[in-house]
Amino acid sequence: MSAMSDLSTSIPLAYPELLLAGFALAAAIVGAWMRDSAFTALSLLGVAAVAGAGVLALYGPFAPVEIFQGAMVVDGVAVFAKALIGFSGAATLALGWDHFAKVGDRRFEYPVLIALAVLGMFVMVSAQDLISLYVGVELQSLAAYVLAAWRRDDATSSEAGLKYFVLSAISSGLLLFGSSFVYGFTGSIRFDAIAAAVGEGGGGIGLVFGLVLMLCALGFKMSAAPFHMWTPDVYEGAPTPVTAFFAAAPKVAAIALMTRVLYEPFAGMQDQWRQVVMALAAISMVWGSVAALLQTNLKRLMAYSSIGNIGFALMGVAAGGDAGAAAALIYMTLYLPANIGIFALILAMRRDGAPAETVADLAGLAQKRPWMASLFTMLLFSIAGIPPFAGFIGKLVVFATAVEAGLYWIAVLGAVAAVVSAAYYLRLIASIWFAQPAPALQAPSGAIMLTAAASAALTFPVLVLLLGAIQGWAETAVRMSF
Amino acid sequence: MSELAAGWPILSIVTFLPAAGAILILLARMSARGDSPGYDNGVKLLALFFTIATFIVSLFAFAAFDPANPDYQLTETVPWAFGMNYAMGVDTLAMSLVMLTTFLTPLCILASWVIEKQVSSYMVLFLVLETLMIGVFCAQDIILFYVFFEGGLIPMFILIGVWGGERRVYAAFKFFLYTLLGSLLMLVAIVYMIATAGTSNIPALTEYAQDGGFSPEVQIWLWLAFFASFAVKMPMWPVHTWLPDAHVEAPTAASVVLAAILLKMGGYGFLRFSLPMFPDASHVFTPFVFALSVIAIVWASLVAFRQLDMKKLIAYSSVAHMGFVTMGIFTGTIQGVQGAIFQMLSHGIISGALFLCVGVVYDRMHTREIAFYGGLVNRMPVYAAIFLLFTMGNVGLPGTSGFPGEILTMVGAFQVNAWVAAGAALGVIFSAAYALTLYRKVAFGVIENPKLDGIGDLDAREWVTFIPLVIATLVMGLAPSYVLDFTHNSAEAISTAFAGARP
Repeated sequence: MSAMSDLSTSIPLAYPELLLAGFALAAAIVGAWMRDSAFTALSLLGVAAVAGAGVLALYGPFAPVEIFQGAMVVDGVAVFAKALIGFSGAATLALGWDHFAKVGDRRFEYPVLIALAVLGMFVMVSAQDLISLYVGVELQSLAAYVLAAWRRDDATSSEAGLKYFVLSAISSGLLLFGSSFVYGFTGSIRFDAIAAAVGEGGGGIGLVFGLVLMLCALGFKMSAAPFHMWTPDVYEGAPTPVTAFFAAAPKVAAIALMTRVLYEPFAGMQDQWRQVVMALAAISMVWGSVAALLQTNLKRLMAYSSIGNIGFALMGVAAGGDAGAAAALIYMTLYLPANIGIFALILAMRRDGAPAETVADLAGLAQKRPWMASLFTMLLFSIAGIPPFAGFIGKLVVFATAVEAGLYWIAVLGAVAAVVSAAYYLRLIASIWFAQPAPALQAPSGAIMLTAAASAALTFPVLVLLLGAIQGWAETAVRMSF
Repeated sequence: MSELAAGWPILSIVTFLPAAGAILILLARMSARGDSPGYDNGVKLLALFFTIATFIVSLFAFAAFDPANPDYQLTETVPWAFGMNYAMGVDTLAMSLVMLTTFLTPLCILASWVIEKQVSSYMVLFLVLETLMIGVFCAQDIILFYVFFEGGLIPMFILIGVWGGERRVYAAFKFFLYTLLGSLLMLVAIVYMIATAGTSNIPALTEYAQDGGFSPEVQIWLWLAFFASFAVKMPMWPVHTWLPDAHVEAPTAASVVLAAILLKMGGYGFLRFSLPMFPDASHVFTPFVFALSVIAIVWASLVAFRQLDMKKLIAYSSVAHMGFVTMGIFTGTIQGVQGAIFQMLSHGIISGALFLCVGVVYDRMHTREIAFYGGLVNRMPVYAAIFLLFTMGNVGLPGTSGFPGEILTMVGAFQVNAWVAAGAALGVIFSAAYALTLYRKVAFGVIENPKLDGIGDLDAREWVTFIPLVIATLVMGLAPSYVLDFTHNSAEAISTAFAGARP
């Protein structure tokens, strides 16, 4: 294919990425000119750009089309993941705009960095060779380091940024190191060539070595235990809208990327990677539930909750086959709204102008702010996986795929972990409903209540009723992609 | 009336009507802000209206239902996802439990009239709870069943925790986590069954299982997973310890629902799943269940005898009575199963009524301590008469609904294992001892506690609450055949399935 004709097919399929890149660059210039007075305009444009990129992505084909001379691919999984990333990114960006405008921290870089991070994730989920994989991961991570250290005068925020940066740099190193092994033992960076080499049984122990290193790095990026150590500190230290962002879109990107890496180039090594993924899933589920029991800070608690939930999604990945990949995608789809809604409500927890983010601050919310309390309760029950909420359906789907793949013990372990994690979600609900009221929290803003209410409505009943459509969509996407 | 029900998704209407009421109350809360005078009363009336409407609609369903037909009836199916359906349908067993639920809930709302704290939240949760309880019995898809079964934990958790007594938070957690652990193990088993059988439809699964779809070795594991859930719900000894705590701390109406309906879900589960789907494993575990049942009957009766708290005494007596149910179910004989179903319905009414009786004096004196009372018959003759009737029902006096269930389960047990029947008979004697002692201490004698001097007899609301229960107890006791003929089909199907696997 000539360079021109490659470009002419690639450009239209890369509109979402081009939109994000264009917005980020233009916004950076405008911001440099107008300074922080552009914050509101750029934030709103950013919401439109990120959501628009998600919508544009939906127009992509489900059958794989390679673009930019095979560096990237547009296929069902990429389309599905980009839509999720776009919408959750836009939602968290809107939350951040509302929050920063209220606290008077109107720095125009915020929408720029979010757009760049989302662009990085788009590249990640479309990666078709090891270079674009790495470029995507790094673009996302670099934007994330800056976001984590957003409140540079604040010790915890700076600590979060530094910690994130140092540990993440190590994992990027692992990713490159593993990639170099893969390249060295297969002779190619392209996923299809690696898949062919794996299929011929080439590579042997060196390839396994490279694969495991890459998995460790990806495990770090998605905060799967035992590579989760940065998560609680970063979640606690970063400003809450940034934490909300970290807890949503990057997880989807990392799960989609890991699925692609395991199912495309390394499909022939399922026996080897399945053990690793199962170990990651098991440790994440157990540690995510046990370690959260003693947390009192809501953001730290949600960090452990995200670790546990990634474990459940990984259970789907470990099951293998189209059903396993679809289960992981469905799990993330059903997990996102509850997560975003909870962070929206944590953002709303302010008392006398200062954030109030501990379990004790929730005390008696049901009497003081019954609507906020009801939404919080719904979202917490959803994320705990109690029926009839969407979170339960997600757990059901991954249990089902794990059992169908014969992985009984991990399904039972997941069930036990779910009970343990229910204990700490219940602790929050008990505080909301049973405890003597603490002084009332400030009235939440309309934007936050709207986000929380929309998220709650998605967890029940919208996504539950639409499960058939989501299932069909995810399964078609996966079947046509891999 | 049956023509009226034709063409309507009547089971869905019965199931979701209370939830519609809950939504209405929420909307009212949004507009009224909850501080206008008379608001709380309006909410209570709205809840009462919706529960009564649900009862009336369920009567239509009952009229449209043909008890002579052994199949699932009034079925509805809407495709959902992953091959699962929103499928509703009832057989005689389910129908009888649906009627019990819709019959008792309005009485619970009446009994909740004394609630003053966060009334609209309370009523919303109660109505949602009714939807979930009815759904459990109507669901024909095993996942849908699970959704209702487990979803019921949410409103119960909050009801106990907010409106309960002193140790309510502890009790709420214990209740939730105990039942959740059992249920999630069952969920893994359910997922396995769906994967193997390729269907989640309960009748289709039953057929698959009875054609030998699950080998006896697999059945053992599945049976244990289901047992983990139902035994906790039932509750059977030794996993019953959540029950006394939850009961004692729950508000009166929640205690009634807990004892009368939620406990029946365990028995319903055994009858719907364990026996028909895993008959081989059920045979293997029969001695085990018998042993637990007899221990529950004897031991819980003895523990009940030593209680100082009225609610705790009745809670332990529930554990004992549920022992009769599990014993009857696992005899697998038609008498045993019929007796178990009858006992479930009767216990629903009698234990519910007894908790209401405790509620009456608790509302007046705010203590459930047995020693506090004494001589109530002097001041509250009507109350004493009603309390006596239900005490006798609890003992299993012939003529009350407590008798046929107990005697049938024992007849069934005698055919299988005379020692088990003998052990259970011992429990009947003990039950007379604790129930009559309670009654003597509370009602008889002279009033010694000066605080009781001003206590008044039943008011009009309480009269209305008790009369339906009195009638139901006497009718079921004097003419048990109404119920037994009705449930005969289900009992026969279950005992045939069980007998088919007899080694």
